[in-house]
Amino acid sequence: MNARPFFPAVTAALLVFSLLKLNAATPPALEEANRRKILLICEGTEPRTLDPHISQGVPEHHIIMGLMEGLMEHDPNDQSKRLPGLADRWEHNEDYSVWKFHLRDNAKWSNGDLVTAQDFVFSYKRILTATLGAPYIDALYILKGARDYAAGKITDFNEVGVKALDDRDLQFELIGPTPYFLSAILHTSWFPVHPATILKFGRMDERDTKWTRPGNYVGTGPFILKIWKENDVIELVRNPLYWDAANVKLNGINFYSIENYDTQERAFQAGQLHKTQELSLDKIPYYRREHPELIRIDPYEGAYFYRINVKRKPFDNPKVRLALNLAIDRESIVKNITRGKQKPATGYVPPGMGDYEPLDVIHYDPDQARRLLAEAGYPNGNGFPKFNILINTSQSHRTVAEAIQQMWKQELNIDVGIENQEWKVYLDSQNSLNYDVSRSGWIGDFMDPVTFLSVWRTGDGNNNTGWSNPEYDKLLDQAAQTADPQKRFSILHQAEQLWLSEPSGVLLYWYTLVYNLDPSVKNWNPLALDDHNYKFIDLEENGIPKLSLAH
Amino acid sequence: MIKLIVSRLLQLIPVVWIVLTVTFFLSKSIPGGPFSAERQVTPEVKQKLDEYYGLDKSLLEQYVHYIARVAHFDLGPSYTYQTSSVNEVIARAFPVSLQIGTLAFIIALAIGVTAGVVAAIYKNQIWDYLPMSLAMAGICVPTFVMGPILAVYFGLTLKIAPVSGWYGLDYAPLHPMILPAVTLGLFYAAYIARLTRGGMLDVLNQDFIRTARAKGVPDRDIIFKHAMRGGLLPVVSFLGPEFAGLISGSFVVEKVFNVPGLGQEFIKSVFNRDYPLILGTVAFFAVLIVVFNLLADLLQSAMDPRTRK
Amino acid sequence: MASATDSPVIVPDEIEFVHGSSLWTDAWHRLRKNKLALFGLGCVLTITFLCLIGPLVTGYTYEQTDLTLKASPPLDKIIKRTETLKNDEKKVTFYSLTNIEDEFVEKPRDERKRIAAGLARGEEYSEGAFVYQSSNQKHLFGTDALGRDLLTRVLVGGRISLSVGFVATLISVAIGVVWGTTAGFAGGVVDNVMMRIVDVLYALPFTVIVILLMVFCGRNFILLFVAIGAVEWLTMARIVRGQIISLKHQEFVEAAVSLGLSRARIMFRHLIPNVTTVIVIYATLTVPNVMLLEAVLSFLGLGVPPPMSSWGVLISEGASTMETSPWLLWIPAAFFSLTLFSLNFLGDGLSDACNPKSAKD
Repeated sequence: MNARPFFPAVTAALLVFSLLKLNAATPPALEEANRRKILLICEGTEPRTLDPHISQGVPEHHIIMGLMEGLMEHDPNDQSKRLPGLADRWEHNEDYSVWKFHLRDNAKWSNGDLVTAQDFVFSYKRILTATLGAPYIDALYILKGARDYAAGKITDFNEVGVKALDDRDLQFELIGPTPYFLSAILHTSWFPVHPATILKFGRMDERDTKWTRPGNYVGTGPFILKIWKENDVIELVRNPLYWDAANVKLNGINFYSIENYDTQERAFQAGQLHKTQELSLDKIPYYRREHPELIRIDPYEGAYFYRINVKRKPFDNPKVRLALNLAIDRESIVKNITRGKQKPATGYVPPGMGDYEPLDVIHYDPDQARRLLAEAGYPNGNGFPKFNILINTSQSHRTVAEAIQQMWKQELNIDVGIENQEWKVYLDSQNSLNYDVSRSGWIGDFMDPVTFLSVWRTGDGNNNTGWSNPEYDKLLDQAAQTADPQKRFSILHQAEQLWLSEPSGVLLYWYTLVYNLDPSVKNWNPLALDDHNYKFIDLEENGIPKLSLAH
Repeated sequence: MIKLIVSRLLQLIPVVWIVLTVTFFLSKSIPGGPFSAERQVTPEVKQKLDEYYGLDKSLLEQYVHYIARVAHFDLGPSYTYQTSSVNEVIARAFPVSLQIGTLAFIIALAIGVTAGVVAAIYKNQIWDYLPMSLAMAGICVPTFVMGPILAVYFGLTLKIAPVSGWYGLDYAPLHPMILPAVTLGLFYAAYIARLTRGGMLDVLNQDFIRTARAKGVPDRDIIFKHAMRGGLLPVVSFLGPEFAGLISGSFVVEKVFNVPGLGQEFIKSVFNRDYPLILGTVAFFAVLIVVFNLLADLLQSAMDPRTRK
Repeated sequence: MASATDSPVIVPDEIEFVHGSSLWTDAWHRLRKNKLALFGLGCVLTITFLCLIGPLVTGYTYEQTDLTLKASPPLDKIIKRTETLKNDEKKVTFYSLTNIEDEFVEKPRDERKRIAAGLARGEEYSEGAFVYQSSNQKHLFGTDALGRDLLTRVLVGGRISLSVGFVATLISVAIGVVWGTTAGFAGGVVDNVMMRIVDVLYALPFTVIVILLMVFCGRNFILLFVAIGAVEWLTMARIVRGQIISLKHQEFVEAAVSLGLSRARIMFRHLIPNVTTVIVIYATLTVPNVMLLEAVLSFLGLGVPPPMSSWGVLISEGASTMETSPWLLWIPAAFFSLTLFSLNFLGDGLSDACNPKSAKD
C-alpha cells in the first residue's frame, strides 16, 4: 500500500520556500537602526489620536512630544526642571498670577510658517471649546475665565486670560498665584496647533479630522510624522525646520505598539526594539540577577492604592479604613510580588516632587490595626461583613489582590473576596461607586503635589470614593491663593495629613518603571514622569552587542 | 443550482440584519461607554461627546440611525481610531488576517487530511497511532502556548523569523505571516486529522468499498477515487464556519505575534465599547459565515455520491 | 421424493435460549475487548478521583500563599530562615533554593553563588539576626509565583475543567445532534431557517454575550458552562446535518418511511446511530475546545474568579512565564493532555463499538 501522497508535502515545501525572502544574512534591526540613528521604542497600546488637544493616554503623550513642542521643554536630567522651548524668555509678576512669554524669533512650524502668539491663542480657544471634547480641558481652568468660557457662560474668548500682545509676545492671566505654572505648561494640552492646518480639514472644534495623518501633520517639534501603520508602527523622521535641529542627535524614532509584555520582551531579545514599555513580573528577578545591564528600574510619579467606598458600611468608619491600611505588609508585596524596587507607600504623594517631602505616616502595624478594628466594633474581625476587592483584568493586579486578601485574613480575620471585572465595567463600577474596595492608581500630570491632592476634593470627577471634608477643600483653596512656594507646600502637607488620618484608600506602594533598555541608547535618564526630551537622546553606533540570551 | 446560490445570498440580508440588531442591543446593555477612562472627563465635555456621537439619543433612535447608515454600506466612525472610519479599519486589518488565515488553512488541510487518510488506512497499527497521537498533541497545545514556543525557536534561536510586527520587516528571511499561520495551521490540522480519519473509516467500512476491492480495483484508486469524497464530508461541514473564523482573525495568535489583524480589532472594540467597530466587524463576520457555509454546502453536495440525483 | 420426516430431528437435551442482544449490549461487549479504550477510561476515572480526593490529602490548600517562597521548581529544596526579633521572638520564613540568590542580590555574584552552594549541601548560613537552614518542606510539583502548591492547584483546577468540559460538551452534543438531525432530515424551508439561525448565532460576538451574562448573573460559573455549551453546539449541528443529508437518501431510510414509521423514530432509532462515529469523535474534540475556551475567557478576565483556578487558566498563566518557570506550564499541560488522550482512546473505542458496520478487517 504505497499511496503516500507526496503531493501535499511537496506543495507545502515549495510554498514555504517561495515565502522565504531571498535576503538572508542581513543584520538585525538594532544594528541597522543604530547606524541610521533611529530609536526603536515600544509604546504599548495603539494611540487613539495624535492631536495634542484630544489625546489622553500615555502612548499618545510620548509620541506627540516628538512632534510638538510647547513654550517650555523638559530638562533631560531632572524631571522637576525645565528648559526654554518655543519661548526664549519669560517673566511673571510678584504673586505668580500674570506671566509673559517671548517666542523665539526662529521658532517655526514644520511647514516653514513662523510660530506666532496668535497661534497659541487660537489653540487655547480650540481646547477650551467644549464641543471639541478635550479630556484635559480642565488643565486650562487656571486661566482666568477659562472655566466660564468652557461652560458657555462667556462667549467672547477675549475675556479669557490669554492674549497675544503682538506676534511674538504672549500674556497669561491666571485665577490665582501659580508658582508651578512653568511645570504645568509642559503638558500636551498647552501645546499650540497650526491654525491653517486645522481649518483646512474642518472646523476648529471638529474632532476626528484628518489633519493628524502623515503628510498633513504640522508641528513644532524635532520630528515629523512619516508613517502611521495602526497597531503596528508609527515612524517619525527628523524635522529640518525645527529651531534647534542642529542639536537633535536622532534621525528618527519608531514607536511600535505591542500590547503583550511577553511579545515586547521577545522583540527586545530579537533586536527589534531598543526599549520595551514594561517588563512582566516573572522576568524581573531574572534580568536583575543575570542581565542587570539590560533592565532599567526608574522611579515613577505614581501611587498604587485601593480606593475605599466610604459610602458603604462599615467603610464609613475611619478606624476601619486605617485598620485596613495598617494590616498590610507592604515590604513583602514589593519584595516578593512586584519585585521592581517599588517603594512601600508611607503617605500618598510620592517622593520626587522637589521640596515636597513625602509624609511618613502609614506603616505595617498589625497590632494597632487589630486594636482599631476592635474599637470600631469588630473585635477579632467578628461580625465584619464579607466584601470584595474589585480589580480589572491583569495578572499583576490579581496577584497583589490575592496577597492582600490573605494578609487581611491572617491579620484581621476578615473574609475578603476578589471580583475581577472587565476594564470598562470596572471603570463604570468605580465611577458609580458600585464597589467596596477597588484597585486604583494615580499618575501625576506634572511635578507638583496638587496633581495628586486635587483628587480628594469634594465632588472631584476623579474622587470616586464619596470622601468629602470641607476642611480639606478649604486647605486646597488656601494653597491655591498662596504665592510663597514654601508656605504653599506646608499647607498642602496639612491637607495630605488630614486625608491620611481618615484615608479613603488603602495605600500600597509608589510606582517604578521597569523596562528593558539596550545599552546603545545614550542619555535616557531616569525621569519621574517618563517624559523624555528626545532631542538629547543618542545612539551609540558601535554599541556593545547584546548578550545572546541562550534558549 | 443558480437559484440555490442566489437565494442563499439573498438570505444574507435578514441574517446580517438580525445579527446587527441583536449585537446592537446587547452591546449597549453592558455597562461602560467608549469614553470612560481612568482619568474622568469633565461632565460638560462628556455631554458634548455624547452629543457629537449621537449617544445621547434614545436607543431606538440610535438604532434606526445606524441601520439607515449601514444600508448605504457606511459603517460609521470608529471611536478608537480618531481618524479612521470602520470601513477603513476593516479594509486595512482584513488583508492581514486573510493572508494568515489562508496559509493556515492550506497547512491545516495538507497536514490534516494526509494524516487522517493514512491513519484510516493503517487503522490500529503504528501509522494510525503515530499521526493520531501527534494530532491529539496538537489539540492539547493551545495556540497561546504553541505561538510563543515557535516564536522563541524560530525568532530567537534560529533568528529567521520576526517575533512581532507586520510592516517594514525586510531584514528577516521569513515573512511575518508564516509563524502565526503555522501556529494556527498545526492546531487546526489536528482537528482535521481526527475528523478525516473518522469520516474515512466510516466510508471504508461500507459495502461499495468492499465490492470495489473484490473487483480488484487498486488500493490507490479506492482511496482517492471512491473513499475520499465521502470520507471528507464531515471535514467539509466543519470547514465552512472554521474558514470564516480563520480569515477573520484569531486574536490569540495576532496578539502573541502582534500582527495588526481583524481578530484583535474585534476584541479590542468590545473592550473599548467602540460600538460602530463592534457592529461593523460582527456584520462583516456574519457575511463571511453565510458565504462560506454556502460554499461548504455546495462542495458537500458535489462530493457526496449519495446526494447526487 | 424424500419425505420431510426422513432425516432424524435431533432435539438437544437442553434448549439454550439465545437472548437477542440490543445495540447497546453489543457495543458494551465490543468496548470491553478494546484494551486501549479501557485504558483511557481507567485514566479518566483515576484523574477524576484524584481531583476530587487529592486536594484533601496534599497538606496544602489551593489558595494558601507563601510570598517569600515564590515560584519554585518541583521537589526543590526549601530553605528555612529564622529571624530573631528584638523581643527574642522568632519569625520563620521559607525560601526556595532556586530563588535564594534573590535574597542576596545586593552581594557580588561570586559570594551569592557560594552561599547558595553551601545551602544546597545542607550547611547552615548565618547573617546577623538571620539563620538559614534546610527544611523538610516539599512540594511535589513545585509552587507558583505566590508560593501556592502546584499539585493542589492542578487537582482543584481539574475539578473545574472536568466539570465544565463534560457538562458543556453534553449540552452541546444534545442540542447539536437534535438540531442538526432535524434540519438535515426535514430539508427545504425548515432546514434553511434552522441553519440560518445557526449562522446568526455563530456570528454573534461571544465575548459581548459573556460580559453581559457576567454582569447580570454575577460571577457564578455555572453560567460559564451554559455560555460555552450554548456556543459549541453550532458546529456539531452543522456536521451532523451534513451526515444526515447524505444518509437520508439511502435505502434503509426509504424502507423505514414506507413502513410508516414516525419521523422522530426514524431520526432517533435509525439515522442517529449511523452518525455516532462522527458525533463521538467531534464530542471528544469538543471537550478540549471547551476547556481551552474557558482558558481564553480567563485570559480576557471573564473566567473563573481568582483564587480559583482551572487547567486552562493554569496553562495560560504558565505559558506567559514559560521561560522562567516552565513547570508551571508543563505540569498542568500534562494533566490536560493525559485526560484528552484518554478521552480520545475512549472515544475511538466507543465509536468503534457503537458503529454497527465497524468491521474487524
